[in-house]
Amino acid sequence: MGKYITKRVLIAIFTLLVILFVLFVMLDKMPGSPFNDEKLTADQLALLNAKYGLDQPFMIRFINYVKCVIKFDFGVSYNIQKNLAVSSMLATRLPISIQIGLQAMVVGTIIGMLLGIIAALKRNTWIDTLCTGISVLGVSVPSYVIALGLAYFVGFKLGWFPILYNASKPFISTIMPTMALSLSPIANIARFTRSEMIEVLNSDYVLLAQSKGIKQYKLIINHVLRNTLISIITVMGPLLVGLLTGSMVIEKIFSIPGLGYLMVQAIQNNDYNVVMACAFIYSFLYIFVMLIVDILYGIIDPRIRVAKEGE
Amino acid sequence: MSEKKDKKDRVLSIRDLDISFDTSNGVVKAIRGVRLDLFKGETIAIVGESGSGKSVTVKAIMGILASNGHIDNGSITFFDEGKAIDLVKMKPKDIRYNYCGKKIAMVFQDPMTSLDPTMTIGRQIMEPILEHLKVSHQEAKNRAMELLELVGIENPQKRFKQYPHQLSGGMRQRVVIAIALSCDPQILICDEPTTALDVTIQAKILELIKDIQYKKNISVIYITHDLGVVAKVADYVAVMYAGKIIEKGNIDEIFYDPRHPYTWGLLSSMPDVDTDSHRLFAIPGSCPNLLERVEGDAFAPRNPYALKIDFKVEPPIFDVGGQHRVASWLCHPNAPKVEMPEQLRKRIDKMLKEVRG
Repeated sequence: MGKYITKRVLIAIFTLLVILFVLFVMLDKMPGSPFNDEKLTADQLALLNAKYGLDQPFMIRFINYVKCVIKFDFGVSYNIQKNLAVSSMLATRLPISIQIGLQAMVVGTIIGMLLGIIAALKRNTWIDTLCTGISVLGVSVPSYVIALGLAYFVGFKLGWFPILYNASKPFISTIMPTMALSLSPIANIARFTRSEMIEVLNSDYVLLAQSKGIKQYKLIINHVLRNTLISIITVMGPLLVGLLTGSMVIEKIFSIPGLGYLMVQAIQNNDYNVVMACAFIYSFLYIFVMLIVDILYGIIDPRIRVAKEGE
Repeated sequence: MSEKKDKKDRVLSIRDLDISFDTSNGVVKAIRGVRLDLFKGETIAIVGESGSGKSVTVKAIMGILASNGHIDNGSITFFDEGKAIDLVKMKPKDIRYNYCGKKIAMVFQDPMTSLDPTMTIGRQIMEPILEHLKVSHQEAKNRAMELLELVGIENPQKRFKQYPHQLSGGMRQRVVIAIALSCDPQILICDEPTTALDVTIQAKILELIKDIQYKKNISVIYITHDLGVVAKVADYVAVMYAGKIIEKGNIDEIFYDPRHPYTWGLLSSMPDVDTDSHRLFAIPGSCPNLLERVEGDAFAPRNPYALKIDFKVEPPIFDVGGQHRVASWLCHPNAPKVEMPEQLRKRIDKMLKEVRG
């Protein structure tokens, strides 16, 4: 298991480096510059470029950048908040995005799995139809529609929760965004759990377990759920990343000072360092979550765990 | 194989069993009027091609019919220490909780898929022991080790902690057998236990089941389409076609004196080294669609010996002596005399000569 994890971590680091390089190349080839002011003379531009190290050859700039990134130094913002360290911008915004994403994931997983399990156990009855209906709705309705609906009815009409993000009430402010964001994982996980569980319920080993005469709840917990979980964990990873990154629209609607909002702003302003940092954080989150999924997978599925231990 | 079986020794008795399945295309009558008795220590083989209802019959006994299946008629009586219990009248759940794994156990067809991939071998064997026998965890573990040894798995301590994927197909089937035997059942149902295994392992598994049956004096029901297996293990054979038993009798009666044209077909389609023909015989056509009501004898359209009456009236069961029962109009006293195919006659004569020396 240790060897397996080490290998995965090394692969993850290498992948991140490649991503960083590609991002760097892309930004380098992009038209425009952070110093777009027409009043700047050629001399002044050269001075600015020299100050920020933009006059160096490409590879040297890249290596410098990687060195800094390792120290969590993403440089300074060129024009959103001039000369403010990007890392401190991230430090205030990232936790909010992650908090909302995780909350949505937890809610989505719990409700989604419950719906899926109930649908699978009561398949082809009205309960199943109801659960499936909810998931179809969740998949097909975009999250911003839900967000606007929630903002209007729950936030404005009922006045239960603040409509816009309120820094003095950080948790209450995240409830509506979490609800809006969790609908898609609910739907996805419910759908997936249902189909996976039906497959497991029809498998030979469940039939054998049934023929042992064990109680229904033991059968479900020990045999069905465990085998269903293996497949669910694989979809949970990408879903979680989607939640952490896909909350841009939701962040905008509820004015949440999160990462997604920052990235949109940075792209519009050609703020290289901020774009790079955001893109890097997204890639990092993605790869990190996938790594966790791989490890979890190994813990739950003995076919992977045992093979890696070496017999 | 005593000719006179004592009614007291019956362990299972199926009477006029009808089972049907609701499908999106209509109701499929999968089992029609099955009658069968199983005696203590006896081995019955239920033979037939795919879809003839072999598996459905035993799944009904175990209470593990698919959820769209239901028993319409008949009884399955299980004789449990002198008490007669009709399993049909019980809820499938109650059959499972009270009898499955404990008194009636089953070995499944494909050992590659019938063990839970996420649970150790040991825990899978201990599960029914802990469920049905009132023993401590340690006792259950000891018993599981003994079972592993009984089914011929070497180094049980090591295997106990392993997962199914670390075992070969033959070993997995031994584990499945160990699970089935874990609570000393009275009836062991083997649903094509060797079909998925390679030939060298097949014989060993059959030996093993036979050996255990002898040691523990349990009754075994084999479900198979392999007549080679039947010949090796069975005392009594029931041939099924389209949800009915069309011929049954003890092994000699079925193999040396078959009466139903379908049984002739089955026996003729067994590969044989010294046959004159170079083509392997196959019964023409395929099983009828049981969605439609079967008029007359279900086998009639595929039967070259079919009489006119076969297409109109379903044949009753004729007693042709001994334990031999045949559902074919050919056995009616007024029926024209029809002999079995010559090829088969020769083969049987040859077998008889070998047997009688």
